Amino acid sequence: MEGEELTEQETALYDRQIRVWGADAQRRLTRAAILVYGINGAVAEFCKNIVLAGVGSLTLVDDRGVTEEALSANFLIPPDETLYEGKSLAELCSDSLKDFNPMVRVSAERAGDISGFSGDFYSKFDVVVVSCCTLTTKKLINDKCRRLSKRVAFYSADCRYSSGEIFVDLHSYKYTKNKLDEAIECELQYPSFEQEATAVSWSKLPRKMSKLYFAMRVIEKFEEKEGRSPGGVSITDLPAVLKLKNELCEAQSLKESQIPDALLERLVSSQIEFPPVCAILGGVLGQEVIKAISGKGDPLKNFFLFDAFDGKGVIEDISSRDA
Amino acid sequence: MASQQQLSAVKGAKVLMVGAGGIGCELLKTLALSGFQDIHIIDMDTIEVSNLNRQFLFRRSHVGLSKAKVARDAVLRFRPNINITPYHANVKDPDFNVDFFKKFNVVLNGLDNLDARRHVNRLCLAADVPLVESGTTGFLGQVTVHLKGKTECYECQPKPAPKTYPVCTITSTPSKFVHCIVWAKDLLFAKLFGDTTQDNDLNVRSSDAAGSSENSKDVFERRKDEDIEDYGRRIFDHVFGYNIEMALSNEDTWKNRNRPRPIYSKDALPEKSIKQNGSVEKNGSTDDPSSVSAMASLGMRSPQDVWSLMENSKVFLEALKLFFTTREKEIGSLSFDKDDQLAVEFVTAAANIRASSFGIPLHSLFEAKGIAGNIVHAVATTNAVIAGLIVIEAIKVLQNDTKNYRMTYCLEYPTKNMLLMPVEPFEPNKSCYVCSETPLSLEINTYQSKLRDFVEKIVKAKLGMHSPIIMHGSALLYEVGDDLEEDMVANYAANLEKVLSELPSPVTGGTMLTVEDMQQELVCNVNIKHREEFDEEKEPDGMVLVGWSQPSSTEKKEENHRVSDVGTSNSSRPIAELNEDAEISTMEETDVVPTKKRKLSTASKNATSPSSSKVPADTDNHGKVEEIDDDDDDDDVVVMLDGNPDNTKTRRVVTSKNLCV
Ligand SMILES: [Zn+2]
Repeated sequence: MEGEELTEQETALYDRQIRVWGADAQRRLTRAAILVYGINGAVAEFCKNIVLAGVGSLTLVDDRGVTEEALSANFLIPPDETLYEGKSLAELCSDSLKDFNPMVRVSAERAGDISGFSGDFYSKFDVVVVSCCTLTTKKLINDKCRRLSKRVAFYSADCRYSSGEIFVDLHSYKYTKNKLDEAIECELQYPSFEQEATAVSWSKLPRKMSKLYFAMRVIEKFEEKEGRSPGGVSITDLPAVLKLKNELCEAQSLKESQIPDALLERLVSSQIEFPPVCAILGGVLGQEVIKAISGKGDPLKNFFLFDAFDGKGVIEDISSRDA
Repeated sequence: MASQQQLSAVKGAKVLMVGAGGIGCELLKTLALSGFQDIHIIDMDTIEVSNLNRQFLFRRSHVGLSKAKVARDAVLRFRPNINITPYHANVKDPDFNVDFFKKFNVVLNGLDNLDARRHVNRLCLAADVPLVESGTTGFLGQVTVHLKGKTECYECQPKPAPKTYPVCTITSTPSKFVHCIVWAKDLLFAKLFGDTTQDNDLNVRSSDAAGSSENSKDVFERRKDEDIEDYGRRIFDHVFGYNIEMALSNEDTWKNRNRPRPIYSKDALPEKSIKQNGSVEKNGSTDDPSSVSAMASLGMRSPQDVWSLMENSKVFLEALKLFFTTREKEIGSLSFDKDDQLAVEFVTAAANIRASSFGIPLHSLFEAKGIAGNIVHAVATTNAVIAGLIVIEAIKVLQNDTKNYRMTYCLEYPTKNMLLMPVEPFEPNKSCYVCSETPLSLEINTYQSKLRDFVEKIVKAKLGMHSPIIMHGSALLYEVGDDLEEDMVANYAANLEKVLSELPSPVTGGTMLTVEDMQQELVCNVNIKHREEFDEEKEPDGMVLVGWSQPSSTEKKEENHRVSDVGTSNSSRPIAELNEDAEISTMEETDVVPTKKRKLSTASKNATSPSSSKVPADTDNHGKVEEIDDDDDDDDVVVMLDGNPDNTKTRRVVTSKNLCV
C-alpha cells in the first residue's frame, strides 16, 4: 500500500487496534477526512470513537447552542455554562474532542444556511455523517454527496429515546473480503436515502421487516409535515402521529399492526436520547465508518436498527427489493 | 420501559463496577449519562500508552496513574454532581468481602481475566447480588446477567483451558511460529538473562547426546574476559547450530518430519559484519534502559517488516550485546516483558532464526510481540456497544424485570440479520459446583499424589480458590491465613508433602474432602475415587476432576459451529465463550500474592509423579509449557515458563511431564 509509514508514536498508540484491522487500514484511517453535520448523543459517541481510532481530520458543523436535550446524552459538552457564551455546539464538542487524541485534527465550522455548502465543500471529505436534521436536509446532503465524482460515504444516525437507526449510503462500493484465506473482491450498490425512505413500497417489504423501520419513517414524515425541528415530537403529538400512521398504512397497503401504537408511543415519549442507545449506535456507526475507510470487512447495508426494548440490533437491506 | 420508574430505580441505585479499562471507561461514562448517582469502581491497574486508543477517559499525561481514580475525575468533569468512589486495589483483596458486595444493588464486570471474574461471580453469589458480566475481543462481545437461583452463574459453563504445548514440541519439534516464540522467550531468554538457578529445558537435546563433552551449564555463561561479540556468536552457534545438529542425530524424531537445518553465525551473516554499528556509544548515553533498542542501533525502522535471516541474526547479536553492555545489572533477574523493547527484539530475532531452521514462516516484530505478549485485540467501538448493553441490563436488574433479562452477543457478521443478538438467559446448571451444592468427584492415586498436588492442581488451578481450607471430616488438613499459629503452619507444611493415604486422617477411595474458601464463601465437597493409572498425554495432572470439565477441542468446534444457527431456540448457546484469549488467568497486578503463589508452584515442581519419560533428569519437571494469559485488565497477556521467581507479573505454567518422541 502506498503512503507514509505509521510513525513509532502511532504504532504504539494504535497497537491494539492495528492487531484487529492491520497497518494498511490504520494508514488509510490516518488520511481520512470526516464531516459531521449535527451532533446528537449518538454522534457524540461516534466522534469519540473515530477520534480515538485515529482518523486524519474531523470537521464538526452544528450551529445550535447548548440545550437541555443536548446536554443529557452528550458527554462532550462541559457542564460549565460560562463556557457556552458565543459558542456553537460544534465548537464546544470540538474543544473536548481535540483533547482525546492530539494526532487528529478536529475543527468546527459554522454552517449558516446549509444550502450554502456546495458540492465542492463535501468533496473535501471521505465520510459525511448527519444527525438532528430535517428530512429535507438529510436528502439534500445525501444527494450532494452522491453527485460527486469521488465517492463520499454518507451516514445518518437518529436516536428517538430508547430506539435508533443508522442509514448507510456507500453509493458504489468495492471491497475485499477474506474468506478462508482467500481474498474475494466484492461490490455493493447502495440506494440513496430518498429512494428508500420515500420510494420503496412498504407492502413489498417482507413481513418480518423490523417494525422500528416503519415507525421511524412515520415520525420522520410527521416532523416534516408539521414543520417540526428534528426530534421535536412529544407525547402530546401521539394522537396526530397515530392518525398519520393509519393514513400511511392505508396508502402503502400495510397492515396497521405492523407499526404497533405502543412502539410509536415509546418513540415520542421522551425527547431525550437514552444514553446506552447512543453508545450502541455510536459504536456501530464508528465501526461502519472504519470499515468503509479501510475497505476491510462487510459494510452494513443499508439500515441498522436498535431497540433497547427487545435488545435486537437488526440490519435491514431495503434496496434489495427495490427495482 | 416506564421512564419515571426507571429513573428513580437508577437514581437510588448503588452500583459496583469492577474494572476501569476498555469496557470500564465506556461503562462509567454511560452510567453517569444515564443518571446513576452512586458508582463505586475497583481497578488495580495503572494507565499505559497502549490503553489510550480506546480508554478515552485517559490522556498521555495520565500514564502511570490509577485507572479507577483518573476515570472518576474524568467523568466528574461532565457530570460533577454524582458520587464516584474509586478503589485503586485488587478486587481479590480481603476488604472486598461478602459484606462489601452486599452493599450494592448490582455489580457490573468490565474485567478481562478469568481469575477475577470467577472471584467476583462467587462473591456475588454469596452476597446474593445480581451480576452483569461482559467481555470483548476485537469486534466480538457479550453481556450476560447472573442472578442467583434464576439464571446460570458465570461458572455454570466450563471455561476454555489455556493452550498448552508439549515440552518436546518446544524444545525439539516446533511446527508453528508460536512454538519458536515460546522457545525463544521461555527457554532461551530465560536461560541467558533470567535466573540461572531455575531449571530450563533449553539443552534437552544436546545434553542428551552421548559423548557431549560440553557441560551444558557452562555453555551459556560468558567466560572470563570473553569478548561480547565472540560470546554472542558462540551462543548463536550453540543454540541454532550445534543443538540442531544434536537433535538431528536422533533419527527417530525425523522419520515423519522435515529435518531442520542447523544455522551457524558465519553462514547467516556476511563475513565482517560482525563488528556492528557503533551501537553502544549511541545507547550508552541514555539512562533509561527501556529505550535501548537493537533495531534503533542497526537503523531498522518498521516493526511491521519481516526481517531476513541475516537481519534477524544481526538483531539477535546486537540485542544480546546491548543486554550485556547497557543492562548488565539486570542480567540474572530479567523476565520477559512485552513492554521491554530490547527483550521483544531479542525474542523476535531468536524465534525467527529458529523458525528459519525448521522451515516455519518468519514474522515481523509487531506480530511476534503480539504472540509473545499474548496481546488481546481490542477496539473502542465494541467496548462502547457492550457498555451500552450492560447499562440496559443493569436497569432491568434494578427494576426486577427478571423476565426480560437477556444475554446479548455482539457479532462481527450478522446472524439472522442481527448484529446484536439477545438470547434468553440459561437456567442455573444443576451440577455447577459453584452455584449448586453438587459434590465433585476426583479420580486420583491416593497412594502417590500428595496433598500439595491436590491443592495446586485442583483447589487452585481448577476450583479457582485463593485461600483454601481443606477438611477431611472434622480434621483440618490445610489452611492459609496470616493469623495461623506457628505449629499449625508447620503442620500444614508437613501435610502438603504427604501422599493422601498417609495424611493424619487418611484420604482414600470412598472418602470425601471438603474444600472451602472463606473470602469467596464457597464450599465444595469432593468425593475421592482411587485410581492407579493415568494417561500422561491426556491426563497430565495425574488426576481427573469429574463434574468439572474443560471443553475438549471437539466440543469447542461444535460450539463454534452453533454460532450459525443461533436464535432458533433458546436452548442453543450462540457462542461458546468469547474472549477466550482475554479471559484466562492472572492479571499482571491482580496477583496480590505472587510470592506465595510462586513458592507453592516452585515446590510443586518437585512433586510430580515418576515417569518413564526420556527427558533427562535435570529437566524432568517441565512436562508442558502451558500458555497462561497474564492479563492487564483488558489486554496484554504473557506466556511464561516455570521458574521466574523475580517476575511478579507472571504466573507460571508447568504441569507434569510428557514424552518426547
Ligand atoms: Zn453456576
